[in-house]
Amino acid sequence: MRTVLDPTGERQAPGRALLPRPVALEGRTVGLLDISKARGDVVLDRLEQLLTADGAHVRRYRKPTFARPAPVDLRHEIAEQCEVVIEALAD
Amino acid sequence: MGATVGCVRLPDGLVAVVKRDCPTCVLVEPVLRALGAAVWCQDDAAWFDGDDTNLELSYRLGIETVPTLLRVRAGVETARVVGWSREQWEQLTGVSGLGPALPDHRPGCGSLSVDPFRIDGLEARYGVSGLSSRRVELADAEDEHEALFDRGWTDGLPVVPPTPERVLRMLRGTTRDPREVVAVVPPDLVECTVEKVAVNAVMAGCLPEYLPVVLAALEAATSEEFALHGLLATTHFAGPVVIVNGPVAARIGMNSGVNALGQGNRANATIGRALQLVVRNVGGGRPGEVDRAAMGNPGKYTFCFAEREEDSPFPPLAADRGVAGDAVTVVAGSGVQPVVDQLSRDPESLARTLAACLRVNAHPKLPVAWDALLVVSPEHGRVFREAGWDRGRLLAELERLLLLPAAELVRGAGGMAEGVPDSMAGRELPKFRPGGLLVAHAGGPAGLFSAIVGGWVGGETGSVPVTREVRT
Repeated sequence: MRTVLDPTGERQAPGRALLPRPVALEGRTVGLLDISKARGDVVLDRLEQLLTADGAHVRRYRKPTFARPAPVDLRHEIAEQCEVVIEALAD
Repeated sequence: MGATVGCVRLPDGLVAVVKRDCPTCVLVEPVLRALGAAVWCQDDAAWFDGDDTNLELSYRLGIETVPTLLRVRAGVETARVVGWSREQWEQLTGVSGLGPALPDHRPGCGSLSVDPFRIDGLEARYGVSGLSSRRVELADAEDEHEALFDRGWTDGLPVVPPTPERVLRMLRGTTRDPREVVAVVPPDLVECTVEKVAVNAVMAGCLPEYLPVVLAALEAATSEEFALHGLLATTHFAGPVVIVNGPVAARIGMNSGVNALGQGNRANATIGRALQLVVRNVGGGRPGEVDRAAMGNPGKYTFCFAEREEDSPFPPLAADRGVAGDAVTVVAGSGVQPVVDQLSRDPESLARTLAACLRVNAHPKLPVAWDALLVVSPEHGRVFREAGWDRGRLLAELERLLLLPAAELVRGAGGMAEGVPDSMAGRELPKFRPGGLLVAHAGGPAGLFSAIVGGWVGGETGSVPVTREVRT
Protein backbone atom coordinates (compact mmCIF):
# COMPACT_ATOMS: atom_id res chain seq x y z
CA MET A 1 0.00 0.00 0.00
CA ARG A 2 1.28 3.44 -0.89
CA THR A 3 0.48 6.63 0.93
CA VAL A 4 0.51 10.13 -0.51
CA LEU A 5 -0.15 13.42 1.22
CA ASP A 6 -3.19 15.46 0.26
CA PRO A 7 -1.98 18.50 -1.73
CA THR A 8 -5.23 20.43 -1.31
CA GLY A 9 -6.29 22.99 1.25
CA GLU A 10 -8.40 20.25 2.88
CA ARG A 11 -11.10 22.81 3.23
CA GLN A 12 -14.46 21.68 4.51
CA ALA A 13 -16.74 24.44 3.34
CA PRO A 14 -19.87 24.60 5.46
CA GLY A 15 -22.93 23.62 3.47
CA ARG A 16 -25.56 26.31 3.33
CA ALA A 17 -29.00 25.83 1.90
CA LEU A 18 -30.05 28.38 -0.73
CA LEU A 19 -32.90 30.63 0.20
CA PRO A 20 -36.11 29.77 -1.62
CA ARG A 21 -36.31 31.56 -4.93
CA PRO A 22 -38.81 34.44 -4.76
CA VAL A 23 -41.89 33.81 -6.88
CA ALA A 24 -42.12 37.45 -7.86
CA LEU A 25 -39.91 40.52 -7.55
CA GLU A 26 -42.70 43.02 -6.94
CA GLY A 27 -42.03 44.90 -3.73
CA ARG A 28 -38.64 43.23 -3.27
CA THR A 29 -35.33 45.04 -3.01
CA VAL A 30 -33.06 44.03 -5.86
CA GLY A 31 -29.36 44.96 -5.82
CA LEU A 32 -27.57 45.50 -9.12
CA LEU A 33 -23.80 45.05 -8.74
CA ASP A 34 -21.59 46.61 -11.38
CA ILE A 35 -18.13 45.03 -11.22
CA SER A 36 -16.61 48.02 -13.09
CA LYS A 37 -16.15 46.31 -16.42
CA ALA A 38 -16.63 48.44 -19.50
CA ARG A 39 -20.30 48.71 -20.50
CA GLY A 40 -21.54 46.67 -17.58
CA ASP A 41 -23.68 49.72 -16.78
CA VAL A 42 -25.49 49.36 -20.12
CA VAL A 43 -27.07 46.06 -19.19
CA LEU A 44 -27.68 47.14 -15.59
CA ASP A 45 -29.39 50.39 -16.65
CA ARG A 46 -31.78 48.38 -18.80
CA LEU A 47 -32.37 45.86 -16.04
CA GLU A 48 -33.14 48.68 -13.63
CA GLN A 49 -35.80 50.01 -16.00
CA LEU A 50 -37.38 46.57 -16.40
CA LEU A 51 -37.26 45.74 -12.70
CA THR A 52 -38.66 49.10 -11.66
CA ALA A 53 -41.51 48.63 -14.15
CA ASP A 54 -42.21 45.29 -12.46
CA GLY A 55 -42.50 47.03 -9.09
CA ALA A 56 -39.13 46.07 -7.63
CA HIS A 57 -37.06 48.49 -5.56
CA VAL A 58 -33.65 48.72 -7.21
CA ARG A 59 -30.41 49.64 -5.48
CA ARG A 60 -27.15 50.07 -7.40
CA TYR A 61 -23.70 49.00 -6.22
CA ARG A 62 -20.27 49.12 -7.78
CA LYS A 63 -17.00 47.30 -7.11
CA PRO A 64 -13.90 49.55 -7.18
CA THR A 65 -12.28 47.25 -9.76
CA PHE A 66 -13.24 44.08 -11.57
CA ALA A 67 -9.72 42.71 -10.93
CA ARG A 68 -10.26 42.15 -7.21
CA PRO A 69 -12.96 40.58 -5.08
CA ALA A 70 -15.67 42.88 -3.79
CA PRO A 71 -14.63 44.54 -0.51
CA VAL A 72 -16.15 42.84 2.51
CA ASP A 73 -18.02 46.01 3.52
CA LEU A 74 -19.69 46.16 0.12
CA ARG A 75 -20.72 42.51 0.36
CA HIS A 76 -22.15 43.11 3.82
CA GLU A 77 -23.99 46.21 2.68
CA ILE A 78 -25.62 44.30 -0.17
CA ALA A 79 -26.55 41.40 2.10
CA GLU A 80 -28.12 43.79 4.61
CA GLN A 81 -30.06 45.89 2.13
CA CYS A 82 -31.19 43.48 -0.60
CA GLU A 83 -33.24 40.34 -0.99
CA VAL A 84 -32.02 39.59 -4.52
CA VAL A 85 -28.76 40.47 -6.28
CA ILE A 86 -27.91 40.60 -9.96
CA GLU A 87 -24.23 40.92 -10.87
CA ALA A 88 -23.09 42.20 -14.26
CA LEU A 89 -19.93 40.31 -15.16
CA ALA A 90 -19.56 40.87 -18.85
CA ASP A 91 -17.57 43.35 -20.89
CA MET B 1 9.81 -5.19 33.19
CA GLY B 2 11.04 -3.76 29.98
CA ALA B 3 9.99 -1.09 27.54
CA THR B 4 7.98 -1.02 24.35
CA VAL B 5 9.70 0.92 21.60
CA GLY B 6 7.38 1.12 18.65
CA CYS B 7 6.60 -2.49 17.79
CA VAL B 8 9.60 -3.80 19.72
CA ARG B 9 9.64 -4.96 23.35
CA LEU B 10 12.96 -4.07 24.95
CA PRO B 11 13.92 -6.24 27.90
CA ASP B 12 15.56 -4.91 31.03
CA GLY B 13 19.29 -5.51 31.09
CA LEU B 14 21.78 -5.14 28.29
CA VAL B 15 20.56 -4.26 24.82
CA ALA B 16 22.73 -3.79 21.75
CA VAL B 17 22.25 -2.72 18.15
CA VAL B 18 24.75 -3.99 15.59
CA LYS B 19 25.37 -4.26 11.87
CA ARG B 20 27.07 -7.31 10.39
CA ASP B 21 28.77 -5.15 7.78
CA CYS B 22 30.61 -3.32 10.60
CA PRO B 23 34.02 -4.82 11.52
CA THR B 24 33.76 -3.49 15.08
CA CYS B 25 30.40 -5.24 15.50
CA VAL B 26 31.95 -8.48 14.25
CA LEU B 27 34.81 -7.93 16.70
CA VAL B 28 32.49 -7.56 19.71
CA GLU B 29 30.17 -10.47 18.77
CA PRO B 30 31.75 -12.90 21.28
CA VAL B 31 31.57 -10.25 24.04
CA LEU B 32 27.87 -9.62 23.39
CA ARG B 33 27.13 -13.37 23.39
CA ALA B 34 29.11 -13.86 26.61
CA LEU B 35 27.19 -11.01 28.27
CA GLY B 36 23.87 -12.50 27.16
CA ALA B 37 22.82 -9.12 25.76
CA ALA B 38 19.63 -8.81 23.73
CA VAL B 39 21.04 -7.90 20.33
CA TRP B 40 19.23 -6.47 17.30
CA CYS B 41 20.98 -6.52 13.93
CA GLN B 42 20.30 -3.98 11.19
CA ASP B 43 21.41 -5.90 8.11
CA ASP B 44 21.21 -9.63 8.88
CA ALA B 45 18.06 -10.95 10.50
CA ALA B 46 19.74 -14.28 11.33
CA TRP B 47 22.90 -13.04 13.07
CA PHE B 48 21.35 -12.45 16.50
CA ASP B 49 17.88 -13.06 17.90
CA GLY B 50 16.77 -9.48 17.32
CA ASP B 51 15.82 -8.49 13.78
CA ASP B 52 15.96 -4.76 13.10
CA THR B 53 16.29 -4.94 9.34
CA ASN B 54 13.36 -2.50 9.09
CA LEU B 55 15.45 -0.17 11.30
CA GLU B 56 12.45 0.81 13.42
CA LEU B 57 14.20 0.15 16.72
CA SER B 58 17.40 1.85 15.56
CA TYR B 59 15.42 4.89 14.44
CA ARG B 60 13.33 5.11 17.58
CA LEU B 61 16.35 4.69 19.87
CA GLY B 62 18.23 7.35 17.92
CA ILE B 63 21.12 5.00 17.13
CA GLU B 64 23.82 6.85 15.20
CA THR B 65 26.71 4.42 15.57
CA VAL B 66 26.98 0.63 15.72
CA PRO B 67 27.64 -1.12 17.92
CA THR B 68 25.59 0.73 20.52
CA LEU B 69 25.27 -0.90 23.90
CA LEU B 70 22.46 0.18 26.25
CA ARG B 71 21.51 -0.58 29.78
CA VAL B 72 17.74 -0.68 30.36
CA ARG B 73 16.33 -0.55 33.84
CA ALA B 74 12.62 -0.63 34.65
CA GLY B 75 11.93 0.06 30.99
CA VAL B 76 14.15 3.13 30.88
CA GLU B 77 17.51 3.50 29.18
CA THR B 78 20.01 4.37 31.89
CA ALA B 79 23.33 4.19 30.06
CA ARG B 80 24.68 4.03 26.52
CA VAL B 81 28.07 3.55 24.88
CA VAL B 82 28.93 3.50 21.20
CA GLY B 83 31.71 1.65 19.40
CA TRP B 84 33.99 -0.63 21.40
CA SER B 85 35.84 0.62 24.47
CA ARG B 86 36.71 -2.03 27.04
CA GLU B 87 36.75 0.54 29.81
CA GLN B 88 33.35 2.00 28.92
CA TRP B 89 31.76 -1.39 28.32
CA GLU B 90 33.05 -2.66 31.66
CA GLN B 91 31.74 0.40 33.37
CA LEU B 92 28.31 0.04 31.78
CA THR B 93 27.98 -3.69 32.32
CA GLY B 94 29.74 -3.91 35.68
CA VAL B 95 31.63 -6.90 34.30
CA SER B 96 35.42 -6.84 34.22
CA GLY B 97 37.82 -8.58 31.85
CA LEU B 98 35.63 -8.18 28.77
CA GLY B 99 37.12 -9.34 25.44
CA PRO B 100 40.65 -9.95 26.65
CA ALA B 101 41.84 -10.68 23.12
CA LEU B 102 40.36 -7.44 21.72
CA PRO B 103 42.14 -4.12 21.40
CA ASP B 104 41.26 -1.57 24.10
CA HIS B 105 39.36 0.64 21.78
CA ARG B 106 37.85 0.47 18.30
CA PRO B 107 35.45 3.08 16.82
CA GLY B 108 32.13 1.90 15.48
CA CYS B 109 30.46 2.39 12.11
CA GLY B 110 27.56 4.57 10.99
CA SER B 111 24.12 3.23 11.77
CA LEU B 112 21.95 2.38 8.76
CA SER B 113 19.17 4.37 10.41
CA VAL B 114 21.03 7.62 9.73
CA ASP B 115 21.91 6.73 6.17
CA PRO B 116 20.92 9.74 4.05
CA PHE B 117 19.07 7.50 1.62
CA ARG B 118 17.00 5.89 4.38
CA ILE B 119 16.40 8.66 6.91
CA ASP B 120 13.45 10.29 5.12
CA GLY B 121 11.61 7.00 4.81
CA LEU B 122 12.23 6.15 8.45
CA GLU B 123 11.14 9.57 9.59
CA ALA B 124 7.98 9.31 7.55
CA ARG B 125 7.23 5.80 8.82
CA TYR B 126 8.20 5.98 12.46
CA GLY B 127 9.03 9.54 13.29
CA VAL B 128 7.12 12.38 14.79
CA SER B 129 7.44 13.95 11.38
CA GLY B 130 5.26 16.93 12.12
CA LEU B 131 3.51 16.36 8.79
CA SER B 132 -0.11 17.24 9.20
CA SER B 133 -1.49 16.80 5.70
CA ARG B 134 -4.19 14.19 5.34
CA ARG B 135 -2.70 10.85 4.36
CA VAL B 136 -4.35 9.29 1.36
CA GLU B 137 -3.87 5.57 0.91
CA LEU B 138 -3.79 4.30 -2.63
CA ALA B 139 -5.10 0.82 -3.31
CA ASP B 140 -2.62 -1.79 -4.45
CA ALA B 141 -4.43 -2.17 -7.73
CA GLU B 142 -4.46 1.59 -8.33
CA ASP B 143 -1.90 3.06 -10.71
CA GLU B 144 -0.40 5.83 -8.61
CA HIS B 145 -0.15 8.31 -11.47
CA GLU B 146 -3.69 7.66 -12.61
CA ALA B 147 -4.81 7.96 -9.00
CA LEU B 148 -3.50 11.51 -8.83
CA PHE B 149 -5.16 12.43 -12.12
CA ASP B 150 -8.41 10.90 -10.87
CA ARG B 151 -8.37 13.07 -7.76
CA GLY B 152 -8.01 16.23 -9.85
CA TRP B 153 -4.64 17.17 -8.41
CA THR B 154 -2.65 17.61 -11.62
CA ASP B 155 -2.37 20.32 -14.26
CA GLY B 156 -2.92 17.77 -17.02
CA LEU B 157 0.62 16.44 -16.94
CA PRO B 158 1.74 13.62 -14.64
CA VAL B 159 2.97 14.61 -11.20
CA VAL B 160 5.43 12.98 -8.83
CA PRO B 161 3.36 11.21 -6.13
CA PRO B 162 3.83 13.22 -2.91
CA THR B 163 4.75 10.42 -0.53
CA PRO B 164 5.58 11.41 3.06
CA GLU B 165 9.22 10.46 2.41
CA ARG B 166 9.46 12.80 -0.56
CA VAL B 167 7.72 15.63 1.26
CA LEU B 168 10.08 15.30 4.23
CA ARG B 169 13.02 15.38 1.85
CA MET B 170 11.57 18.47 0.18
CA LEU B 171 11.21 20.19 3.54
CA ARG B 172 14.94 19.78 4.11
CA GLY B 173 15.32 22.48 1.45
CA THR B 174 14.19 25.13 3.93
CA THR B 175 14.81 25.99 7.56
CA ARG B 176 11.25 27.19 7.90
CA ASP B 177 8.76 25.36 10.12
CA PRO B 178 6.47 23.10 8.05
CA ARG B 179 3.52 24.56 9.97
CA GLU B 180 4.35 28.17 9.16
CA VAL B 181 1.62 29.82 7.11
CA VAL B 182 3.26 31.25 4.00
CA ALA B 183 0.28 32.67 2.22
CA VAL B 184 -3.47 32.87 1.99
CA VAL B 185 -4.17 31.43 -1.43
CA PRO B 186 -7.09 32.55 -3.56
CA PRO B 187 -9.69 31.92 -4.73
CA ASP B 188 -10.73 29.90 -1.68
CA LEU B 189 -8.53 32.05 0.60
CA VAL B 190 -6.95 29.00 2.21
CA GLU B 191 -4.04 29.38 4.62
CA CYS B 192 -1.13 27.58 3.00
CA THR B 193 1.66 26.15 5.14
CA VAL B 194 5.25 25.46 4.17
CA GLU B 195 4.27 21.77 4.23
CA LYS B 196 1.50 22.23 1.66
CA VAL B 197 3.90 24.10 -0.58
CA ALA B 198 6.34 21.22 -0.19
CA VAL B 199 3.67 18.67 -1.15
CA ASN B 200 2.90 20.58 -4.34
CA ALA B 201 6.60 21.18 -5.04
CA VAL B 202 7.18 17.42 -4.89
CA MET B 203 4.33 16.93 -7.35
CA ALA B 204 5.76 19.58 -9.67
CA GLY B 205 9.09 17.76 -9.76
CA CYS B 206 11.14 20.21 -7.68
CA LEU B 207 14.35 19.36 -5.86
CA PRO B 208 14.52 20.43 -2.20
CA GLU B 209 16.93 23.24 -3.00
CA TYR B 210 14.24 24.88 -5.16
CA LEU B 211 11.78 25.13 -2.27
CA PRO B 212 12.94 28.54 -0.96
CA VAL B 213 12.38 30.00 -4.43
CA VAL B 214 8.91 28.46 -4.66
CA LEU B 215 8.06 29.85 -1.22
CA ALA B 216 9.24 33.33 -2.20
CA ALA B 217 7.30 33.17 -5.47
CA LEU B 218 4.14 32.19 -3.60
CA GLU B 219 4.63 34.98 -1.07
CA ALA B 220 5.05 37.47 -3.88
CA ALA B 221 2.11 36.15 -5.90
CA THR B 222 -0.26 36.22 -2.94
CA SER B 223 0.59 39.74 -1.83
CA GLU B 224 -2.35 42.11 -2.01
CA GLU B 225 -0.99 44.25 -4.84
CA PHE B 226 -0.41 41.29 -7.17
CA ALA B 227 -4.17 40.60 -7.20
CA LEU B 228 -3.82 36.87 -7.82
CA HIS B 229 -7.55 36.28 -7.35
CA GLY B 230 -8.41 38.56 -10.23
CA LEU B 231 -5.54 37.28 -12.35
CA LEU B 232 -6.82 33.75 -11.90
CA ALA B 233 -10.44 34.61 -12.49
CA THR B 234 -9.97 36.86 -15.51
CA THR B 235 -11.11 35.94 -18.99
CA HIS B 236 -7.75 37.37 -20.15
CA PHE B 237 -4.75 35.19 -21.00
CA ALA B 238 -2.36 36.12 -18.22
CA GLY B 239 -0.93 34.11 -15.39
CA PRO B 240 1.98 34.58 -13.00
CA VAL B 241 5.48 34.76 -14.50
CA VAL B 242 8.41 34.25 -12.11
CA ILE B 243 11.80 35.92 -12.67
CA VAL B 244 14.65 34.85 -10.38
CA ASN B 245 17.67 36.99 -9.50
CA GLY B 246 20.76 36.45 -7.40
CA PRO B 247 23.29 33.70 -6.80
CA VAL B 248 20.52 31.24 -5.93
CA ALA B 249 19.65 30.96 -9.62
CA ALA B 250 23.01 29.50 -10.62
CA ARG B 251 23.27 27.52 -7.40
CA ILE B 252 20.11 25.55 -8.16
CA GLY B 253 20.94 25.26 -11.84
CA MET B 254 18.38 27.63 -13.33
CA ASN B 255 18.59 28.61 -16.95
CA SER B 256 19.04 32.27 -17.89
CA GLY B 257 20.73 31.53 -21.20
CA VAL B 258 19.91 29.51 -24.31
CA ASN B 259 16.15 28.83 -24.44
CA ALA B 260 15.65 30.51 -21.05
CA LEU B 261 11.93 31.01 -21.65
CA GLY B 262 11.54 27.53 -23.09
CA GLN B 263 11.62 23.92 -21.98
CA GLY B 264 14.38 21.68 -20.78
CA ASN B 265 15.58 23.05 -17.46
CA ARG B 266 14.25 21.32 -14.38
CA ALA B 267 14.46 24.28 -12.00
CA ASN B 268 12.82 26.74 -14.39
CA ALA B 269 10.12 24.25 -15.30
CA THR B 270 9.22 22.97 -11.86
CA ILE B 271 9.38 26.19 -9.81
CA GLY B 272 6.80 27.85 -12.03
CA ARG B 273 4.75 24.68 -12.07
CA ALA B 274 4.82 24.36 -8.27
CA LEU B 275 3.36 27.85 -7.92
CA GLN B 276 0.53 26.96 -10.29
CA LEU B 277 -0.14 23.66 -8.51
CA VAL B 278 -0.44 25.49 -5.18
CA VAL B 279 -3.00 27.82 -6.73
CA ARG B 280 -4.87 24.85 -8.17
CA ASN B 281 -4.75 22.49 -5.22
CA VAL B 282 -4.54 24.69 -2.15
CA GLY B 283 -6.41 27.73 -3.45
CA GLY B 284 -8.91 25.74 -5.49
CA GLY B 285 -8.24 27.78 -8.64
CA ARG B 286 -9.12 25.46 -11.50
CA PRO B 287 -9.76 26.20 -15.18
CA GLY B 288 -13.44 26.28 -16.01
CA GLU B 289 -14.29 26.96 -12.38
CA VAL B 290 -12.92 30.22 -10.96
CA ASP B 291 -10.27 30.36 -13.72
CA ARG B 292 -12.41 31.76 -16.54
CA ALA B 293 -9.66 32.43 -19.11
CA ALA B 294 -11.11 32.56 -22.62
CA MET B 295 -7.94 30.93 -23.96
CA GLY B 296 -5.24 31.02 -21.32
CA ASN B 297 -1.66 30.59 -22.44
CA PRO B 298 0.93 27.77 -22.31
CA GLY B 299 2.80 29.65 -19.59
CA LYS B 300 0.03 28.74 -17.17
CA TYR B 301 1.66 25.31 -16.88
CA THR B 302 4.84 27.06 -15.84
CA PHE B 303 6.60 30.32 -16.69
CA CYS B 304 9.78 30.87 -14.73
CA PHE B 305 13.29 31.88 -15.70
CA ALA B 306 16.40 33.44 -14.25
CA GLU B 307 17.62 36.85 -15.33
CA ARG B 308 20.95 36.72 -17.13
CA GLU B 309 22.94 38.97 -14.83
CA GLU B 310 26.33 38.40 -16.44
CA ASP B 311 27.02 40.70 -19.41
CA SER B 312 23.69 42.45 -18.78
CA PRO B 313 23.45 46.15 -19.60
CA PHE B 314 21.10 46.46 -16.60
CA PRO B 315 21.48 45.97 -12.86
CA PRO B 316 19.58 42.87 -11.66
CA LEU B 317 15.83 43.46 -12.02
CA ALA B 318 15.11 42.70 -8.36
CA ALA B 319 17.95 44.95 -7.19
CA ASP B 320 16.54 47.79 -9.29
CA ARG B 321 13.23 47.13 -7.55
CA GLY B 322 14.81 47.38 -4.12
CA VAL B 323 15.71 43.78 -3.28
CA ALA B 324 19.37 42.98 -3.88
CA GLY B 325 20.66 39.41 -3.91
CA ASP B 326 18.44 36.34 -4.04
CA ALA B 327 14.95 37.42 -5.03
CA VAL B 328 11.97 36.61 -7.16
CA THR B 329 9.80 39.01 -9.10
CA VAL B 330 6.33 37.93 -10.14
CA VAL B 331 4.57 39.65 -12.97
CA ALA B 332 1.34 38.89 -14.79
CA GLY B 333 2.24 37.59 -18.25
CA SER B 334 0.58 36.13 -21.31
CA GLY B 335 3.06 34.31 -23.48
CA VAL B 336 5.80 35.56 -25.74
CA GLN B 337 5.67 38.00 -28.65
CA PRO B 338 8.90 37.84 -30.65
CA VAL B 339 10.77 41.03 -31.57
CA VAL B 340 13.16 40.72 -34.50
CA ASP B 341 15.68 43.45 -35.28
CA GLN B 342 18.85 42.18 -36.92
CA LEU B 343 20.09 45.49 -38.28
CA SER B 344 20.02 48.05 -35.46
CA ARG B 345 23.52 48.67 -34.12
CA ASP B 346 22.81 51.86 -32.20
CA PRO B 347 20.57 52.16 -29.16
CA GLU B 348 18.29 54.83 -30.64
CA SER B 349 17.33 52.61 -33.56
CA LEU B 350 16.87 49.54 -31.41
CA ALA B 351 14.75 51.47 -28.90
CA ARG B 352 12.50 52.60 -31.75
CA THR B 353 12.08 48.97 -32.81
CA LEU B 354 11.18 47.94 -29.30
CA ALA B 355 8.75 50.84 -28.94
CA ALA B 356 7.05 49.97 -32.23
CA CYS B 357 6.57 46.37 -31.12
CA LEU B 358 5.49 47.36 -27.60
CA ARG B 359 2.89 49.69 -29.02
CA VAL B 360 0.76 46.74 -30.17
CA ASN B 361 0.65 45.29 -26.62
CA ALA B 362 -3.00 44.33 -26.06
CA HIS B 363 -4.03 46.64 -28.93
CA PRO B 364 -2.18 49.44 -30.76
CA LYS B 365 -4.93 51.82 -29.73
CA LEU B 366 -5.07 50.94 -26.02
CA PRO B 367 -2.81 53.06 -23.79
CA VAL B 368 -2.00 53.04 -20.05
CA ALA B 369 -4.05 50.07 -18.90
CA TRP B 370 -2.06 47.04 -20.05
CA ASP B 371 1.34 46.18 -18.59
CA ALA B 372 4.17 44.29 -20.31
CA LEU B 373 7.51 42.65 -19.63
CA LEU B 374 10.29 43.21 -22.13
CA VAL B 375 13.02 40.56 -22.14
CA VAL B 376 16.12 41.86 -23.91
CA SER B 377 18.46 39.22 -25.33
CA PRO B 378 22.24 39.38 -24.96
CA GLU B 379 22.81 40.47 -28.57
CA HIS B 380 20.30 43.29 -28.25
CA GLY B 381 21.60 43.96 -24.76
CA ARG B 382 25.10 44.42 -26.12
CA VAL B 383 23.93 47.36 -28.19
CA PHE B 384 22.65 49.09 -25.05
CA ARG B 385 25.62 48.05 -22.93
CA GLU B 386 28.20 49.33 -25.36
CA ALA B 387 26.33 52.63 -25.60
CA GLY B 388 26.15 52.89 -21.81
CA TRP B 389 22.35 52.67 -21.62
CA ASP B 390 21.10 51.20 -18.38
CA ARG B 391 17.52 50.18 -17.62
CA GLY B 392 16.47 53.69 -16.60
CA ARG B 393 17.86 55.20 -19.79
CA LEU B 394 16.08 52.62 -21.97
CA LEU B 395 12.79 53.03 -20.10
CA ALA B 396 13.00 56.82 -20.41
CA GLU B 397 13.56 56.50 -24.15
CA LEU B 398 10.68 54.04 -24.54
CA GLU B 399 8.41 56.31 -22.54
CA ARG B 400 9.24 59.20 -24.83
CA LEU B 401 8.68 57.09 -27.96
CA LEU B 402 5.44 55.66 -26.61
CA LEU B 403 3.68 58.92 -25.82
CA LEU B 404 0.77 58.49 -28.21
CA PRO B 405 -1.47 61.20 -29.70
CA ALA B 406 -5.03 60.43 -28.63
CA ALA B 407 -6.28 61.32 -32.10
CA GLU B 408 -4.83 57.99 -33.22
CA LEU B 409 -6.35 56.15 -30.27
CA VAL B 410 -9.95 57.32 -30.09
CA ARG B 411 -12.73 54.91 -30.84
CA GLY B 412 -13.25 54.63 -34.57
CA ALA B 413 -9.81 55.98 -35.52
CA GLY B 414 -8.15 53.82 -38.17
CA GLY B 415 -11.52 52.19 -38.83
CA MET B 416 -11.35 50.31 -35.55
CA ALA B 417 -14.05 50.61 -32.92
CA GLU B 418 -11.63 49.78 -30.10
CA GLY B 419 -9.89 52.73 -28.48
CA VAL B 420 -10.19 55.48 -25.90
CA PRO B 421 -13.29 57.72 -25.47
CA ASP B 422 -13.55 60.81 -27.68
CA SER B 423 -13.24 62.95 -24.56
CA MET B 424 -9.51 62.14 -24.56
CA ALA B 425 -8.94 63.60 -28.02
CA GLY B 426 -6.28 66.29 -28.12
CA ARG B 427 -4.20 64.73 -25.38
CA GLU B 428 -1.06 62.63 -25.50
CA LEU B 429 -1.34 59.36 -23.64
CA PRO B 430 1.49 57.08 -22.45
CA LYS B 431 1.38 53.52 -23.67
CA PHE B 432 2.37 52.27 -20.22
CA ARG B 433 1.45 53.53 -16.78
CA PRO B 434 4.49 54.45 -14.64
CA GLY B 435 6.00 51.11 -13.59
CA GLY B 436 3.86 49.24 -16.09
CA LEU B 437 6.78 48.13 -18.25
CA LEU B 438 9.41 45.83 -16.78
CA VAL B 439 12.71 45.17 -18.54
CA ALA B 440 14.78 42.04 -17.95
CA HIS B 441 17.79 40.43 -19.64
CA ALA B 442 17.84 36.76 -20.63
CA GLY B 443 18.62 34.40 -23.45
CA GLY B 444 21.41 32.73 -25.37
CA PRO B 445 24.41 34.54 -26.81
CA ALA B 446 23.26 34.41 -30.43
CA GLY B 447 20.10 35.91 -31.89
CA LEU B 448 19.25 39.56 -32.46
CA PHE B 449 15.85 39.12 -30.87
CA SER B 450 14.00 40.25 -27.80
CA ALA B 451 10.72 39.12 -26.32
CA ILE B 452 7.63 40.96 -25.17
CA VAL B 453 5.54 39.19 -22.59
CA GLY B 454 2.20 40.93 -22.70
CA GLY B 455 0.86 41.57 -19.25
CA TRP B 456 -2.51 42.18 -17.72
CA VAL B 457 -4.36 45.21 -16.43
CA GLY B 458 -1.82 46.99 -14.27
CA GLY B 459 -1.81 49.33 -11.35
CA GLU B 460 -4.36 49.76 -8.61
CA THR B 461 -7.21 48.39 -10.70
CA GLY B 462 -5.22 45.28 -11.64
CA SER B 463 -1.94 43.59 -10.87
CA VAL B 464 1.30 45.23 -9.79
CA PRO B 465 4.59 43.28 -10.18
CA VAL B 466 5.97 42.19 -6.81
CA THR B 467 9.55 41.42 -5.77
CA ARG B 468 10.39 39.36 -2.69
CA GLU B 469 13.59 38.13 -1.11
CA VAL B 470 14.36 34.39 -1.30
CA ARG B 471 14.95 33.24 2.26
CA THR B 472 16.44 29.90 3.25
